[in-house]
Amino acid sequence: MSTRLAQGGRLIDRSKAMEFTFNGKRMTGYAGDTLAAALLGAGQTLVGRSFKYHRPRGILASGSEEPNALVHLGEGARFEPDQRVTTTELFDGLTCTSQNHWPSLEFDVGAINNKFSRFLTAGFYYKTFMFPRVAWEKLFEPIVRQSAGLGQVPKERDADRYEHFYAHVDVLVVGGGVAGLAAARSAASTGAKVLLIEQTNHWGGRAVVDGGEIDGMPVEGWVNKAVEELENMANVTIRTRIMGAGVYDHGYATGYERVADHTPGDGRPRHRLWRIRAKQIVTATGAIERPLSFAGNDIPGVMLAGALRDYIVNWGVSAGDRVVVVTNNDDAYRTALAVKAAGLNVPMILDARAEAGGPLADAAREAGIRVEAGKGIAKVHGGKKVTGVSVCAQAGEGASLEEIKCDAVAMSGGWSPVVHLWSHCGGKLIWDVEQAHFRPDPDRAPTSHDGAAFVVTAGSATGALSLADVMADAHAAGKVAGKAAGGKTSSKAAPEVAPETMQPIEPVWVMPQGAGPDKRMKMWLDFQNDVKVSDVQLAAREGYESVEHTKRYTTLGMANDQGKLSNINGLAILSDALSQEIPATGTTTFRPPYNPISFGAIAGEARGELFQPVRQTPMHAWHAEAGAYFEPVGHWYRPYCYPKSGETHEQAVNREVLNTRENLGLLDASTLGKLVVKGPDAGKFLDMMYTNMMSNLAVGKCRYGLMCSENGFLSDDGVVARIDEDTWLCHTTSGGADRIHAWMEDWLQCEWWDWNVYVANVTEQLAQVAVVGPNARKVLEKLNDQAGGGMDLSAEALPFMQWRDGKIGNFDARAYRISFSGELSYEIAVPASQGRAFWDALLDAGGEFGVMPYGTECLHIMRAEKGFIMIGDETDGTVIPQDLGLNWAISKKKEDFMGKRAQSRSHMTDPDRWKLVGLETLDGSVIPDGAYAVGEGVNANGQKNVIGRVTSTYYSPTLKKGIAMGLVKHGPDRMGEVIGFPTVDGSNTVVKAKIVSPVFYDPEGEKQNV
Amino acid sequence: MLTLQCPYCGVMADETELHAEGEAHIKRFGPGSSDEDFETYLFERKNPKGVHFERWRHTGGCGKFFHAARSTMTLEVYGTYPAQTLEPPKELIDAIKAKHPDWEGYK
Repeated sequence: MSTRLAQGGRLIDRSKAMEFTFNGKRMTGYAGDTLAAALLGAGQTLVGRSFKYHRPRGILASGSEEPNALVHLGEGARFEPDQRVTTTELFDGLTCTSQNHWPSLEFDVGAINNKFSRFLTAGFYYKTFMFPRVAWEKLFEPIVRQSAGLGQVPKERDADRYEHFYAHVDVLVVGGGVAGLAAARSAASTGAKVLLIEQTNHWGGRAVVDGGEIDGMPVEGWVNKAVEELENMANVTIRTRIMGAGVYDHGYATGYERVADHTPGDGRPRHRLWRIRAKQIVTATGAIERPLSFAGNDIPGVMLAGALRDYIVNWGVSAGDRVVVVTNNDDAYRTALAVKAAGLNVPMILDARAEAGGPLADAAREAGIRVEAGKGIAKVHGGKKVTGVSVCAQAGEGASLEEIKCDAVAMSGGWSPVVHLWSHCGGKLIWDVEQAHFRPDPDRAPTSHDGAAFVVTAGSATGALSLADVMADAHAAGKVAGKAAGGKTSSKAAPEVAPETMQPIEPVWVMPQGAGPDKRMKMWLDFQNDVKVSDVQLAAREGYESVEHTKRYTTLGMANDQGKLSNINGLAILSDALSQEIPATGTTTFRPPYNPISFGAIAGEARGELFQPVRQTPMHAWHAEAGAYFEPVGHWYRPYCYPKSGETHEQAVNREVLNTRENLGLLDASTLGKLVVKGPDAGKFLDMMYTNMMSNLAVGKCRYGLMCSENGFLSDDGVVARIDEDTWLCHTTSGGADRIHAWMEDWLQCEWWDWNVYVANVTEQLAQVAVVGPNARKVLEKLNDQAGGGMDLSAEALPFMQWRDGKIGNFDARAYRISFSGELSYEIAVPASQGRAFWDALLDAGGEFGVMPYGTECLHIMRAEKGFIMIGDETDGTVIPQDLGLNWAISKKKEDFMGKRAQSRSHMTDPDRWKLVGLETLDGSVIPDGAYAVGEGVNANGQKNVIGRVTSTYYSPTLKKGIAMGLVKHGPDRMGEVIGFPTVDGSNTVVKAKIVSPVFYDPEGEKQNV
Repeated sequence: MLTLQCPYCGVMADETELHAEGEAHIKRFGPGSSDEDFETYLFERKNPKGVHFERWRHTGGCGKFFHAARSTMTLEVYGTYPAQTLEPPKELIDAIKAKHPDWEGYK
């Protein structure tokens, strides 16, 4: 079992003990520990259960590649699932629990799956959950839902805050190991502005653990000196706790800073997403050790050799007293030596290579360690922890040569460069036969806007594995990047490292090479998703040849570690099964982020009130004080209604409708889009934009207009006013102003750039109030009387569909006689600065006339009672004006306008198109929103044929019954017919409605034209 | 995230400042055009692996529409130029041809 050693641990401060709990059990670690180190130090070898088979799992790695050790971290509003213990810094008071087991970690009922693993093979989901159909709903789905996902979903709102941070640099160096430090130093020596980021909270990476000398000093000393040097350079910024998350087009990169994960609740943002634009990016991201595939390689106590060494050197934690080392390369010997140096026992080094020579093997032998060449592990013994291994010949089938008792196994299958950031934006890889790994192909780097490479790798990320090679490569990479980013040529000398002799790796993809099915079923490739050697071989037998298909079929590499440990081993197995070379199989696609980042960091400040900009009219504060119930319209917030105390929204809306029809209503119409179109060719231009003629509109008059897309579909509508000879003011819908403005600009800039027209969006310059109802004129005249003058608002001086500029009371007004309600109505625009005062004055003066403000729902009902269409209700991007009986607003004289050509296409002139009608329910009820009318017969799927649908449906307080508009096949020819709308609320009823004219109220228009 | 230089205001703009506006140099067909021409105008768009001419708008800046020639493969930007033209500048075409002799042209 694992334990804390009495001495050692370069990263921990033994004078600062920290208390934490795991599954409620109190444990103690030290400042500087990761949660992984603290758990191992406290003897907690078993930390979780696997996804599919609920196998007991321990800590396998020491960094972000860890697949097993994920926990629920924190509680309540700081609860988060799937947190990797190897990248979680310990803090005093940390609480965590293990995942994916029931009822407990030690005894898990789900582990029964392990017994049935023969039947839970690759593609199990696809094969099992097919038939019968009924079983899916009743049996499979509940089971799958119960067992899907590792962690639990947080239930409370996140207590923390997050932010985005922008950085612009010449050179971004990702990774603060010795390679990153060397690259940053040489890049900075060119004068380039350098940002160096490191994902952990310490510098130096693996090299410090591995030992050696740089520039004649121990690695740790060199690291400290390099950090100090960089800190003192004006053109360099260095930051820890930032992971390079992704590399994107043209030198864009994201960094994920874990600002306060280790100091929760201290007021700082928890995470910060760095949005970096760099001219050049150096990826000094190191390499990840591969596991070996032998039976039982997932039993707690089996660890990556490098990780086992990390725990000893960095945190003074041993994985076990007796550590068997199994390897196919030299590096794992360093682990054996570290274990020995810590005073613990290495019963045997099993080297799968035919010969175990070279300086490291010699050193191991000198340290008294038994080294066995050509040997491997046939099987690991143990359940919840390792108890021993069977030794076999690598060349054989796995017959046991010897049984060795041990409590930990350190395995190394070689090192794979971390190529993720290189690959994110298109960098290609080559298979390096000698080193048995994919490494970046420097001739096929990601390219930037100028066609030149913008990513360069440094150190192990390049494929350099010895310290001397790493430092030389990184130093050169930094210079290349600095120069490419505009720096000067630098003569800074490379760090000096004595070369070392390494024995070549021998690829080992299965141990032993002749292992039979029973062994292959226990060789884990993907530890988190429970994918084994046998699963990948099965997929290949079933015809999965593409690595991308095999990945999805077996789920290999689809867990939240994204296959950092499993991918290379998996595709090697697949290549073998397909009898092809590894490069022919290729890799799956590397996509950002490198490691999962929090949703909070992605959202940043865009949350709650800051989620998006909110647009407010000059009268907004009054609405809020009046207790308005708001609804979003585009980015605007508009009052839906103004409920009085004790009123429901429905009651308020009905009151507002009746009062406006009987007395006086005020609508804040400031959100209405207002575009000024001006210039000698403005008339000609508007004739192209609108379906009807605008060039012949007389100055002083208004006209309702329709705008269509080039597809012919209705896109926006509104009233256009001719202001003077070369100026028009176009009203758009509230949500459409910016879109229509852009649409006009598009045509003016890109098609008719020789036309002299300017468009200005003046929506926010004006406050607009609709003064509506029989008393509308009275209240405005009262304002004029009070001020002792003002514009003539009589029907003769300002007839319907005209406008005038002048004073109303003390206000600078433009009054439009237009009506969207069917009542006598003035829409009055005043400068935005006068909006609130004008609104207040109207309320003040309107007391005797029964004034009440009304909201958008009242507006909707009144327009529906009049049969006026609403963009977004009667239209949905598939409706042409002809469908809505708006032929009167489509010019027959104009040669061309937006949508004209499309509206002559055969489908657009089809007499079977659904057309707008009014719908009156027989029983006075309201047809449900979005209901479809059914006709005779059934379609190819056996469903009833539909013959129409409701587009607007309301209770009309004016008419005291349900009214609706809808699109119905041959509708206008079927007046008086009754059609049925089946409900979908489960009541199995059909609402019957008579087809009528869509104008329910005042069809002659007598009320608005007085 | 792309960066494109706005040919009007000269700013090297991040993609977040820009709005993609589809393929460039589309010829409009209106009333009187054949069904085939109109269909081509409305619906047929290129999706090349390689050199592509696009329309962009500097929405978060000067508001101007402009054209950009870039590679959808390598993300190389060959150039940007104002939208008030019926065809790409000759120097740009020549530069692209020099780099990609097999390029079939922008039409």
